[in-house]
Parts: sequence; structure tokens; C-alpha cells
Amino acid sequence: MVDLSRVGAVFTGTPPYTVSRAKIAEFADAVGATSPLHHDPDAAVAAGYPDVVAPPTFAVVIAQRAESEYITDPASGIDFSRVVHANESFTHTRPLVAGDVVSTAVHVDAINERAGITMVTTRTEIADDGGAPVATVVSTLAVRGEGA
Amino acid sequence: MSLSAQTEVGTELFSTTVAVDRARLVRYAGASGDFNPIHWNERFATEVGLPGVIAHGMLTMGIAGAALTDWLGDPGRLVSYGCRFTRPVVVPDPGEVEVAVRGVVGAVDAEAGTARVDLTVSVDGATVLGKAQAHVRLA
Repeated sequence: MVDLSRVGAVFTGTPPYTVSRAKIAEFADAVGATSPLHHDPDAAVAAGYPDVVAPPTFAVVIAQRAESEYITDPASGIDFSRVVHANESFTHTRPLVAGDVVSTAVHVDAINERAGITMVTTRTEIADDGGAPVATVVSTLAVRGEGA
Repeated sequence: MSLSAQTEVGTELFSTTVAVDRARLVRYAGASGDFNPIHWNERFATEVGLPGVIAHGMLTMGIAGAALTDWLGDPGRLVSYGCRFTRPVVVPDPGEVEVAVRGVVGAVDAEAGTARVDLTVSVDGATVLGKAQAHVRLA
């Protein structure tokens, strides 16, 4: 059973994540993003960025790593084998670039139960090493109950 | 064509297809760190009641987002992007599925300097992402 009392909890125990050129290139290849700004530091600098730019959904790598502190905590009551990803959204203050060292705060925004399905919504705030906001990732998981 | 304050709502910006096979699922698993076996292990996937190995929802969303930012030219123009995962994408072995992505202008806000792009993402004519929308900066 998903613990409904965890709404409002905040998880900040995941160590900072360093965005690398190699990981950006790997992710870009996996999703078929061909812009040179993902692969070529010179092209990225020419376009006004400090280094290669991450594809738009790259922040999920950072967010899912941070969400796991909540999701995999046995006290949360989330049986991951019964989880389906329901929706996801990204809001970027600025794009992630190689060299960023970012920290995360995962907020449990909502837990709603209906017809045997529990919808769990987390919001991960990603900030740079100066504390400035970079991106917000909102993810909703649908957890099927025992009878569903 | 560019996306500016003068672009009319309803304009199709791009339409493309991307082939997804098992190798791409493994590649995305490694790139993203999402190693859920439903995305690469047929036995596991069928044991938990799925019709077969399915693509990561985030891979499909990532492919559609990349199609948009590749078209824009500058990935930094994307301000926000969201969707619902409405239908699993079953990836056969051997073989592949074609993920079709179409981007249409849904709204233009000249004052804010942004436009909403509505993405239609489908496999074999069936939509697999719901309400896939991105907000991007105008050129």
C-alpha cells in the first residue's frame, strides 16, 4: 500500500550529478537527436553555450536517479513491479550543458487513490552548484493495487 | 520555414519517422540508466502480463522531443515539454516499429515570445502519447 501520508515530503539525499559530454552524446544518440550542439563543443560555443547542450528530456536521467530515494524507500509503500509511468513534464529555466554540477530536491506533490490505482506525483527541482534553478521535472506514476 | 510571431496556428512544422528496434531499447536503457527488464527481457515482460517487450515511455517522448529540437536547430529554445503515456509501444524481435512524429503549431503568444507546438506521436496509425505539447521560444 502506498503511504498516503508522504504528500509534502522532500528528498534531498541524492549526491550532486555532474553532466558530461559523453553522457549527453550517448543520450542524444539513443533518442536520435542529431543537432551538432549535442556533440560538438565548438558548435555549442559558437551558438552561445559554454559547452555541449543536453537533449530536452535528458533531465529525466537526473530526476529518476533522485526520485529513487523516495520510490525505492520501503516506507513509501510503492511496489515498483506494479508501477506504470503515467505522465512526465519538463520546464527548463535554461538547458543543461556539459560541466553542470546539479543538485536535486524531490517533492512528493500528490498521492491520489481511485479505483484501485494510486497516482503518485513527484516534482524534482534541479539547481546548479550556485543554487540557481535549471529545470523542473514532474512525473506521475500509476501504482496498481493488489486487486487491480 | 521558421517559427516566429507570424507563423499561423495549424502550420505543420515537420513530420518524420524513427525506427525503434530492440537494440535501440538497450541503447536507451544504458544512456538513461532505466534498466527495467520490461524494456529488454521478453520472458519478464510476458510474465508481468505485457504483450511483449515495450519501449520506455521516456524513449518515445525523447524521440519526439529530439525531432522537435532538431527541427528548431537550437535545443535551448525549448522551454517546456510534457505528455501522458497512453499506449505501450511493443517492439518486436526480429524487426522494428516506426514511430511517426508530427509537429503542428497549436498557439502563438507574440507578447511572451513563445509558441505551443502540438506533437502527434503514433505507431501504425495509433497515437501513443497523449497531449504531447512543447512550449518553444519564437525565432
